[in-house]
Amino acid sequence: MHLTALRALVRKDLVLYFSNRRALVMSIAAPIVIAAFFGSIFGGSGQTGPARIPVALADRDASALSRALAASVAADPAFSLEQLDEAGAIERARQGKVRAAVVLPPGFGQQVSAALVAGGTKPIVSVHYDPSQASAMPLVEGMLARHVMQALGATLAGSGAGAPPASAFGLPFTTRAVASTAKVDVPYNGYAHAFAGMGVQFILFMGIEVGVGVLLARRQGLWKRLRAAPLSRSLLLGSHIVSGAITALVLLAIIYAAAIGLFHVRIDGSVAGFVAVAIAFALLTSSFGLLIAAIGKTPEATRGLAIFATLVLVMLGGAWVPSFVFPPWLQTASLVVPTRWAVDGLDAMTWRGLGIEAAVAPTLVLLGFAALFTAIAIWRFEWEEPRS
Amino acid sequence: MLEAQGLRKSYGSRVVVDDLSLQVGAGEIVGLLGPNGAGKSTTVAMLCGLVVAERGSVFVGSGNDRLALGVDAQAAKRRIGVVPQELSIYENLGAAANLELFGALYGLAGTLLKERVAAALALVGLADRASEKPQAFSGGMKRRLNIAAALVHDPDVLIFDEPTVGVDPQSRNAIFDNLETLRERGKALLYTTHYMEEAERLCSRVVIMDHGRVVASDTLAGLYRRLPAVETLELEIDGIADLAALVRETPATRPVQDGTRLHVGVADLGGAAPALLAWLAARGHAVHRISSGRADLEDVFLSLTGRQLRD
Repeated sequence: MHLTALRALVRKDLVLYFSNRRALVMSIAAPIVIAAFFGSIFGGSGQTGPARIPVALADRDASALSRALAASVAADPAFSLEQLDEAGAIERARQGKVRAAVVLPPGFGQQVSAALVAGGTKPIVSVHYDPSQASAMPLVEGMLARHVMQALGATLAGSGAGAPPASAFGLPFTTRAVASTAKVDVPYNGYAHAFAGMGVQFILFMGIEVGVGVLLARRQGLWKRLRAAPLSRSLLLGSHIVSGAITALVLLAIIYAAAIGLFHVRIDGSVAGFVAVAIAFALLTSSFGLLIAAIGKTPEATRGLAIFATLVLVMLGGAWVPSFVFPPWLQTASLVVPTRWAVDGLDAMTWRGLGIEAAVAPTLVLLGFAALFTAIAIWRFEWEEPRS
Repeated sequence: MLEAQGLRKSYGSRVVVDDLSLQVGAGEIVGLLGPNGAGKSTTVAMLCGLVVAERGSVFVGSGNDRLALGVDAQAAKRRIGVVPQELSIYENLGAAANLELFGALYGLAGTLLKERVAAALALVGLADRASEKPQAFSGGMKRRLNIAAALVHDPDVLIFDEPTVGVDPQSRNAIFDNLETLRERGKALLYTTHYMEEAERLCSRVVIMDHGRVVASDTLAGLYRRLPAVETLELEIDGIADLAALVRETPATRPVQDGTRLHVGVADLGGAAPALLAWLAARGHAVHRISSGRADLEDVFLSLTGRQLRD
């Protein structure tokens, strides 16, 4: 009898679980998607080559040696080289577009040769690096040493000079690492990106509650009472967008107040730009909630699915790990994810210290997504009560 | 005050409500009665403007003050109060805060809103619990607050969709008292239910629905007049009676025998009972017990549709 009961109970659990297709899909899809994401970040299956490290080079020397160095780096499959003027190269590092900007000073070629052969004064090569990607710095320094020595060897060999003296076993140049933060002498604060990422994630979770709240109101008959009132549809849905956006803004303000007060995060860029990005993200959040309310069926199933969707969004948005560690294709692909623009926009206005012009694109993209989500929500929203 | 003309609604190929018309006058409670699935809730949804009728119209008010829901929905809705079957209140807002919210949705504000909230709470007996959250209320109190939420804007028409589901008898009586007070104040009340005893207690007229159509609409007395018998007799007898002969030879109608229990309808209790007892005695059926009763709406529905109301 116990065995019969046990079998019946086990069978019941299995039938209930496997008949809930949404839960089943979630249980299978979530680990696959997340594992695929992290796997691709940390090397993939090894069937594709390593990602190229983007580097900018400003050649203020324009000597044969510096040109040979640039050509050598450009030919290196490990690096993706952009040759710019000094200001442009530094700006690229500051924007996080390259891992580092290498500035070769005037007289570099001559000084390097002299330092190597005669032990003269070593030139100083400035390496402006993105402090959120500081792990790339040793790679860049190593790259620089290797390619300088290769270029120098080729130059010396071409000129018929003899073997370098013993002193040549030291590098004939020194590097000066400069963190490309918003302001000079302001150190990079690692909390800034973390607060942007986690703020985006948990505020989107709040957005889920906006949507689930509408579904619950429907179930409880509250929606019926609201719809029976002399209110237009746009007012009913608009109220959710406004309240959701206000809540998101308040949450973001509190999160950043904690970041600033406790962790010394600073808005080193445009405050107006920060506010613009924050408002656009708040509207995105509430429209995301409305979208959930429009396409969701039951609160329980919708919450699970929406959490999964949010995790994917924040994962691809660079909230968990910065997007620079993504493979290049994913860095490009994730530009269609609104959270990427939210995180990048908040980063740009905080520790990157960029001006309001850098807030324009994230703000417009976020507002565009908010409009798209709202349009889909209005289109899909089931206004009439389910039939009885 | 509230009038529906020829309402029709279908979902796919299934017609849920077909050619439904009804009227509710000021100071009147009209019952909308029918089994589950008869189309009551869809009818209520059309009357409230929650569902758009494919055909037909809904009007609120009378004379020059008459508004068509399909033409001027916002103004018409202002004059309708809806009590949904579900508890449509915010559990985490205080009782007064709930009513203030729902009043504000109808454009009330300031002192007038406060007065209306206080009046609605007083009517349902919750004035002393105004600041408390419904999550601490009993089921009956929540139901009363659910009703108050529909009253706060002082509508002319009130539509109750099974407002006593899951309510204890004491709270049910309190709700009935509230409804009767509203009727005395000249409100037009439409009351949907599948509890016959509620309709019999409250309603001056009853609209009976089945399969989406109105099968009868009349006063209670008018509905009972449609019955072949308004009195019933139930007897406990020995043996199986010949029901066909019983109908032929006595004034009894619609006889049903279930084991030893014989149930019949009679038009005139005083004349029919002796004749029935004599007929049974002549056929050798000993009678061990006899009781009488009046026909109710259940019998009316059975008579009209051939089905039990609670099928």
